[in-house]
Amino acid sequence: MKALSVKNLRKVYSTGLEALKGIDLDVEEGDFFALLGQNGAGKSTAIGILCSLVNKTSGTVKVFGHDLDHELRAVKDCIGVVPQEMNFSIFEKVKDILINQAGYYGIPRKIAETRAEFYLKKMGIWEKRDQIALRLSGGMKRRLMIARALINEPRLLILDEPTAGVDIELRHSLWQFLKELNEKGTTIILTTHYLEEAEYLCKHLAIIHHGKLIEQSNMKELVNRLHVQTIILDLKNPLFETPALQNYPVHRVDDVTLEVEINKNQSINDLYEKLNQAGVTVIGMRNKVNRLEELFVKLIAKNKGTTSHE
Amino acid sequence: MNKNLISLQTIVRKEVVRFIRIWSQTLLPPAITMTLYFIIFGKLIGSQIHSIHDYSYMEYIVPGLVMMSIMTNAYANTSSSFFGSKFNRSIEEMLVSSMPSIVILLGFMVGGVLRGLVVGVVVVLVSLFFTHLKIQHPGLVFMIALLAAMVFSLGGLINGIFAKKFDDVSFIPTFVLTPLTYLGGVFYSIKQLPEFWQNISLLNPVLSIVDTFRFGILGTSDLNIYYGLSLVVSLFFVLFFWCWWLLSRGAGVRT
Repeated sequence: MKALSVKNLRKVYSTGLEALKGIDLDVEEGDFFALLGQNGAGKSTAIGILCSLVNKTSGTVKVFGHDLDHELRAVKDCIGVVPQEMNFSIFEKVKDILINQAGYYGIPRKIAETRAEFYLKKMGIWEKRDQIALRLSGGMKRRLMIARALINEPRLLILDEPTAGVDIELRHSLWQFLKELNEKGTTIILTTHYLEEAEYLCKHLAIIHHGKLIEQSNMKELVNRLHVQTIILDLKNPLFETPALQNYPVHRVDDVTLEVEINKNQSINDLYEKLNQAGVTVIGMRNKVNRLEELFVKLIAKNKGTTSHE
Repeated sequence: MNKNLISLQTIVRKEVVRFIRIWSQTLLPPAITMTLYFIIFGKLIGSQIHSIHDYSYMEYIVPGLVMMSIMTNAYANTSSSFFGSKFNRSIEEMLVSSMPSIVILLGFMVGGVLRGLVVGVVVVLVSLFFTHLKIQHPGLVFMIALLAAMVFSLGGLINGIFAKKFDDVSFIPTFVLTPLTYLGGVFYSIKQLPEFWQNISLLNPVLSIVDTFRFGILGTSDLNIYYGLSLVVSLFFVLFFWCWWLLSRGAGVRT
């Protein structure tokens, strides 16, 4: 079953700005889906339409088979949303924010209290339950919004840049939590500017550029499309000349760092063999940029020509 | 319990908790203002004024001041609370939920009505320090107070829906509501006006509401109370459906 099915979705703002130019998007139930794009590409407009904060101009949206135009209540019951910016009253107590949100969904108070306790504990902010939201740190506020989005136990969770401005430790714990949630059956749509986050978490992705969908595919397939990737090698002993490695373009960054380009038909084993033959000992290896990031930049650049004429 | 009832209860509870939490901004000021009105207009100036319809000036102005408090506070509650929710974007919590727009409307309206009535009771209690009140028609008093609170709650909600900045929230109360209230027979009987101004005053809905409320308390009125009642009921329906239509379209809250 499709968790989300979007057909020819358009949004023209009153200013005349066409934020979405007829996008088609399908997300399968149980998927962890990345919606990527530059700032102003139309991601937040699309999400705004899904959670009915933005009125669409035309097109159809179905969530688990429920039509947004005719079964709005059923659609909303299926969705939980974590917005990009804070949207709660900072003068309310943490626990009350969750209990009230449950109340808006018509969830009885007793159940709401149990769920609030569960999700606040899960997010590690249970001890802050009686404090007003104003007193929370930025990371805690984000966790509060995630807990709030889960209070109606949605089948589809939409996260609009949930880890923006969040420290690394917290980001990793959120990733872990989201992975577990997805494994338990919740479909997740994620927008993010951290492409390593999308690559790590998501199974499928779509890229929006200037209101158009320029890519929708499986994450692995897309990453495999990358013909050449640049890897950085940290060396044990300093090198004062660039070593010649047959078939591998090499660039010496400094005495103990090399950059090597590998195409998809070459293997790391082969590269290591050649490095051994050249007497180079490698103590560390990493991608120069995230693979998805490399592809993303290329796709955007490729589509710049076509969209700039419009 | 029905889902909509739970949602309604949640908004109402939140609204009541809000206006009680900020009691120094919501409940205390009307008590102080009305005490000053009773002292200055009722005692000091009122002692120099003849009785109106056989009631002392103090007795005459009490119903008007109580109704004025109910109307302005019901209005202020919904306009400021709704605009505040828009401003801090917490209104999105309600909009993304599966609660229908009619429940949002009713929730805010009931919140405004409760604040209006609580303030009304506070002002009645304050008035008892200055005069004796013997309510002639308690049923009518309750009905007109409730209807007026509902009408002004809805008015405040519409103001909150259209408001884009804080100035917009205070514009209508300052430039429309206050003049209408002061010219709405709170402090005088329209019988004291020349005929031309009496006829002009009839266009002021606040006059009919105050006059009907005064009839309920004192048993005397300048106008036909059925006119006042039908006007306030009509206003309620017009504002209610307008408000519902605005919220259903997402006016002022959806892009």
